[in-house]
Amino acid sequence: MSTFLPDGWELVVGLEVHAELATESKLFSPAVNHFGGEPNTQVDPVCLGLPGTLPVISKEAVELSIRIGLALNCTIQRCVFARKNYFYPDMPKDYQISQYDQPLNIDGWLDLPTGTRVRIERAHMEEDTGKSTHLGGDGRITSATATLLDYNRAGVPLVEIVSHPDIRDPEDAKAYVAELQAILVTIGSSDGKFEEGSMRVDANVSVRPVGSDELRTRCEIKNVNSLRSLGRAIEYEARRHVDLYDSGNAPMQETRHWDEESGRTKSGRPKGDADDYRYFPDPDLVPVDPSREWIEEIRAALPPLPSARRAALLAQGADATGAAVIVERDLDTLALAAIDAGADPARVVTHAVQNLNVDGAAALDAGHFADLVKMEVGGDLSATQAKTVLAEMVETGNSPTEIASAHGFEAMDTSELESIIDGLIEASPDEWARFTGDDDKIRGKMQGFFTGQVMKATKGQADGKVVAQILNARRNG
Amino acid sequence: MSAGETALGVASAVRSGERSAVEVVEASLAAIDALDGQVHAFLEVTAEEALARAADIDETVAAGGDPGPLAGVPVALKDNMCTEGVPTTCSSKILEGWIPPYDATVVEKLRAAGAITVGKTNLDEFAMGSSTENSAFGATRNPHDTDRVPGGSSGGSAAAVAAGMTPLSIGSDTGGSIRQPASLCGVVGLKPTYGAVSRFGLIAFASSLDQIGPFTRTVADAAVAFEAIGGHDVRDSTSIPEPVPSCVEALGAGVDGLRVGIISELLEGELASGFEPEVLQRTRDAAAALEAAGATIVPVSVPSAIYGLSAYYLIAPAEASSNLSRYDGVRYGNRVVAGDSTADMMRATRTAGFGAEVKRRIMLGTYALSAGYYDAFYGKAQRVRTLILEDFARAYAQADVLLSPTSPCVAFGFGAKSDPLTMYLNDVATIPSNLAGHPAMSVPFGTGADDLPVGVQLLAPTLAEPVLFRVAAALEAAAPAAPLPAVAAPALTDPTIDDQGVPA
Repeated sequence: MSTFLPDGWELVVGLEVHAELATESKLFSPAVNHFGGEPNTQVDPVCLGLPGTLPVISKEAVELSIRIGLALNCTIQRCVFARKNYFYPDMPKDYQISQYDQPLNIDGWLDLPTGTRVRIERAHMEEDTGKSTHLGGDGRITSATATLLDYNRAGVPLVEIVSHPDIRDPEDAKAYVAELQAILVTIGSSDGKFEEGSMRVDANVSVRPVGSDELRTRCEIKNVNSLRSLGRAIEYEARRHVDLYDSGNAPMQETRHWDEESGRTKSGRPKGDADDYRYFPDPDLVPVDPSREWIEEIRAALPPLPSARRAALLAQGADATGAAVIVERDLDTLALAAIDAGADPARVVTHAVQNLNVDGAAALDAGHFADLVKMEVGGDLSATQAKTVLAEMVETGNSPTEIASAHGFEAMDTSELESIIDGLIEASPDEWARFTGDDDKIRGKMQGFFTGQVMKATKGQADGKVVAQILNARRNG
Repeated sequence: MSAGETALGVASAVRSGERSAVEVVEASLAAIDALDGQVHAFLEVTAEEALARAADIDETVAAGGDPGPLAGVPVALKDNMCTEGVPTTCSSKILEGWIPPYDATVVEKLRAAGAITVGKTNLDEFAMGSSTENSAFGATRNPHDTDRVPGGSSGGSAAAVAAGMTPLSIGSDTGGSIRQPASLCGVVGLKPTYGAVSRFGLIAFASSLDQIGPFTRTVADAAVAFEAIGGHDVRDSTSIPEPVPSCVEALGAGVDGLRVGIISELLEGELASGFEPEVLQRTRDAAAALEAAGATIVPVSVPSAIYGLSAYYLIAPAEASSNLSRYDGVRYGNRVVAGDSTADMMRATRTAGFGAEVKRRIMLGTYALSAGYYDAFYGKAQRVRTLILEDFARAYAQADVLLSPTSPCVAFGFGAKSDPLTMYLNDVATIPSNLAGHPAMSVPFGTGADDLPVGVQLLAPTLAEPVLFRVAAALEAAAPAAPLPAVAAPALTDPTIDDQGVPA
C-alpha cells in the first residue's frame, strides 16, 4: 500500500481505458483505419455521416472485441448498439454509436502481476470521434477563434474497458494499464500506443477513510498520456480530495484535465445532471449475438496471455522481474524452447534479460541459443565470449560453433592456464601475499587483479570460473 | 384500365424497339414542362442526364441487348433519396445546395432495371407531414384539384404520376407517406415490408419506420417496380437477407378462396368516426367487390390500433431528433454564422434551416428520449409496437389480407388542417403497418366528396407482398371508373392513345 496519503485515508480508483482496435477498416464503414495520413483522407460517406448513409458493423471489429472480453475473463453476450446524443463538431452525426445497457463484454477481471485482482465491469464497443484542433484562446472550443476538423479518426473502432473502483494504489493503476496494454498487444486487438492515442486512459479518483466501504464523489481525470502521468495525476487528485475534506469542503463531481507541466488537474466541465445523452437503441443497426461456436473458435485461437507466459518462465526458476522483461520483449518462446533443448534455465534467463535487448532477438534459433548456453556452461566459452557470440548470432543467424571458431574462441587447456597463472604468481609476489592473507575483502580485490591479468594474457579466452578454481587451489596448496 | 402510358407498356414498347427511350423521355419532359407550373411536383428536373441515359438504353436495344424490365421508363424520385451529382434537399433549407457524392441503392437498382430518372420531387420537409405543405420550396398541388393538397409527405411523387408526367415515381413511407398521397391523388402506392427495399441513400426521418416504395397508375406497374427495387443490400443492416418476393406472377391468381379481413376499428367506432362517410362506403364497396370475386370477408379486430398514433408520434420524433442532429452547419448544407462560438453557429443554422414542423418534432423527440422520461414515453411506445404486432398476428390467423380505408378523407384544401393534431390524425389507418413493419398498399377505388379519388388500403404480413398484389389486382379490376385529373398529360386524356403511349 502506498503511503502518499495522510494516515487514515484510502485511495479509490476505477479506470476507463479506450483502446482503438487494430482493424483494417472502420467500425461501420469500409474506410481504412490507419494512424496518420493527411487530414480527411481516410474517410468515406458513411464515416462522415453524410445524409442517407447507414452503418454496417465490421465483423473483424466484433472479433477483436470478443478477444478482449475473453482475455479479461468476461461474459460475452448479445449486445445492442445505442446512440449517445450530443452536439460536437468532430462527431459527424452529432451522436456517437456506442453500447449502453447491453454491452458485448461484462463481468470480468484482470489479475495484476502483484496478485491484485481488478474486476472489469464492462468492455463495450463504440466508434471514435474525429479530432478537433482549436485555434486561438486557451486551446478549448469555448474560447477558440477557429477549429480545424480531421475526420480520419471518426468511426475508428474502440473498445472501452471499464474497471470497478478496485484500485487502491497509484502503482496498481499503472500496473493495471501496463498489463492491459500487454494483453491487447498479445491478442492482436490493439497496438496499444499511448503516443498515437490508440490507448487512452481516464481515471475516476476518490478517497475515503480507511476501513470505510463508501464510494465518495469522484472526479474523472482526462488527458493522461503516459503511465508516469497516470500515477502523478492520481496522487495529485487524491491529495486534493483529502485537502478538501480536511478543510471541511468536498470535491464536486466533474471532469478534470491533467496538466503535465504544472503537475495539477484542472477543472473541466461539471459532470452529472447536466449530461443527458438521450441514449436509445440505434435503429439503423441490429443486435449482435455472437454464437457460442464462434466465441469458442475465437477462444481456441487466442495466444497465451502475458500472465500465463510469465508463469511458464517462473516455473523454470526465473525471477518475477526477469520473467516480466522476457515476456515484454517477446522472448519467452525462445527462452522456453532453449530450456526445453537442455540449456541451463538460469543462464538462458540471464542472457535473455541482459544480452538480448536488441531487435531481431526473438527470431534467434532456439537450438543455437541452447547450444551456446551449453558451450558456456560446459566451459567451452567464457561469459564474455558467450556474450560476443550471442550478439553475432542475432546479427548473422550463424551457429555458435561457427562463430566461436571464426573468432578462435576455444576452451583453453587447464594446464596452459596453470602455467600462465604460475608465471603471474611469480611475477607479482606482493599481490600474491595479499591474496593469500586473511582479509576477505583484500583477497577479493586481488582475485580480481589476477583474473584481469589472466584475461589480458589470454586475450579474454580464459574462463573466469576455471581461473578462480586454479587460484584457490594454489592458495590452499 | 384507363388509357395512358403505363410503366409496363412503355418498357415493352422500348424493349421491342417499337418506341425509342429518347422519345419516351422527351414526352415525359414535355409533360413536366407543360404541367408542372400548375402542380409543382418537381424540385429538380435532370433533362440532360435523362436524355443521355435514354440514348444509352436505345443503343442497348439496337445492339440486341435487354435494358431490363423498366427499360426506358421515366421515373421521378422523392427528393430525400440521394442522387450522385444532383442536389438532394429533403425540401429543407438546411440541405439547400448539398450535392450527394453517391447514389441511393434504390437509384442504382432502378437504373439497373433500365429506368431513367428524370427529376427529384417535392415533399414535406424531411418527410414530416401529410400534405406537402411543409416543403421549404412551396407546396405541391393535387392534379385533380389544384386548390387542394396532394397529400404527403411524398406529395410530389404522387402528383407526378397522377398527372401523367411519369408512369412511375418513388416515395418513402414512415407513417403513410406513400399510401395517403396515393389515395388523395388516385394512384397506386405500395409501402413494402420493412427491410424489403434498402434504405441506403434514403435520408432518414425515422429509421425503424422508413420504407421506400413505388407510385404507379396500375397495380401491375407497382409489382414490376417493387421487384426491381427490392432485395437484400449489404449496405443496410436492416435489409432482409432474402430475395424479393415474386409479385408479377401473383397478379392474375385471383382472390378465390382468400380470406379478406375488415379491420373493424377502422370502419366503425370511435377511431372511424372522423372518417368521411364516402371513404367508409368505398371501403365497404371494395369488400363487396372482393367477395363477388370469390373472397371470403371476415371482420377482424386490431384493438391496439387506437394507440398506434400516439406510439408513432413518440417513436418517429425520437428517432428524428437524433437523425437530424447532423444538420449542424459544420460539414455541408447551409451555415448561418452567428455569435462567436461553434455552439452559436449550430444554433443559428438549425434555427434558420429547419421549418416549424421539423422543429416541433425534434423537440417532441428530444423530450421523449430525455433521462427520466424515456421509459414513460419511448419505452412505452415500443411496447405498443409489440401489442400491435400481436394483434396483427391474431388477425392474420383469421385472414390472409386485411382491408381498411387508406386516408380518413379525400384531398383537402391548403391550410385546412393547420392544427398539427388534426393533421396527424390523417395517418391513423396507415401508421399500424409501419409500426409492425408489414407491407401495405393503397389502391384507387372510386370517388368521395367532390368526385375526388378515394383509395382503399390492403395490409399483409411480413414479405406477403404477393398476396397483397393478388388482391390489389382484383380490386383494380372491380374498381369504378377513375376520374381524370384536371391537370393531366395527353397520354392520360387522349382516349386514342393506348397504354403504351402509341396513338391507336
